[in-house]
Amino acid sequence: MKVDLNILLIILCCAIVTFIPRILPFVAIRKLKLPAPVVKWLTYIPVCLLTALIVQKAIQPIESFPALPAIDWAYIIITIPTLLTALISKSLLLTVLVGIVTAALVRFIF
Amino acid sequence: MEMELKLDKEHQLSFMQGVRDCIPTLLGYIGIGFAAGVVGNSAHLSIMEIGLLSALVYAGASQFIFCAMLAAMSPPSAIIATVFIVNLRHFLMSAALSTHFTRYSLLNNIGIGALLTDESFGVASLRTSKGLPLSDRWMNGLNITAYLTWIAACVAGGWLGSWIGNPEALGFDYALTAMFVALLVLQLVALPSSKLRYYLMLVVYTAMAVYIFSAFFSSYIAVLLATMVCAAIGAVAEK
Repeated sequence: MKVDLNILLIILCCAIVTFIPRILPFVAIRKLKLPAPVVKWLTYIPVCLLTALIVQKAIQPIESFPALPAIDWAYIIITIPTLLTALISKSLLLTVLVGIVTAALVRFIF
Repeated sequence: MEMELKLDKEHQLSFMQGVRDCIPTLLGYIGIGFAAGVVGNSAHLSIMEIGLLSALVYAGASQFIFCAMLAAMSPPSAIIATVFIVNLRHFLMSAALSTHFTRYSLLNNIGIGALLTDESFGVASLRTSKGLPLSDRWMNGLNITAYLTWIAACVAGGWLGSWIGNPEALGFDYALTAMFVALLVLQLVALPSSKLRYYLMLVVYTAMAVYIFSAFFSSYIAVLLATMVCAAIGAVAEK
């Protein structure tokens, strides 16, 4: 149950840099009325961000920039049944279950 | 009749409804939290440190990176800078959600923002995309349920870590992506068919943008840039 002081300090700094982007818009946007184009831009953030987060994992990290990144095919194979489950069941829980099981299976086979 | 409907809508938005709406996403938090705990264990963090990390930083990707960089003896400044970049996307999520909470107190807003995650953002924006209202109590129910589950899962992973070995072999790390897939699909199927084509086009643009930006920047910067650029395309090209 020990806590290393150095690690605690790094955790605290990480907490601060995570806290600020999370709360800043909540503090700032109350004060000002956003222009209509910005509000419109914000409505497209959810779909674009979710897409980007899904696609990000399909791309292998590269060592030196710029370089054409390689595709992680195992990840794409895992994502197909997951996507189909989401489309058919429209259930968060079932999609996550199928995703975990497929990921375990695919990694067991390959 | 209309009054009744309005009261009914308000009534459904209680703290407990937020808790209930969180339940379908809990398996995702448990899977990833458990994996984050196992990784923390393998990076030689104590259970207490794993608990503090999950309670204070409260962000899956950052916790994995924290442990990986710590194990690789990276300098603290590099760890903090990387965590900052990885979590910058929260700024976009908070900005998109905060417009729905301006009528509440500052402290309430800070509380909502501090516990915002990809999933709670996804669940909340699913409601707004259907034209349903949000309330502070509902959002707190959603956030706090996720927060407590996350800490418990991380600590459990840290505790059981030495028996588990590699959490990737069990597919736990994929729980988060599966959740994103489900949230994206639910967002898209909730759209009227006239808008669906437009959004699907944006999805394709975003996918291409992530790939292209990944050639020049780290994957987290690529996600940020692709999201900002493609949401702007969406707003500008909208009829």
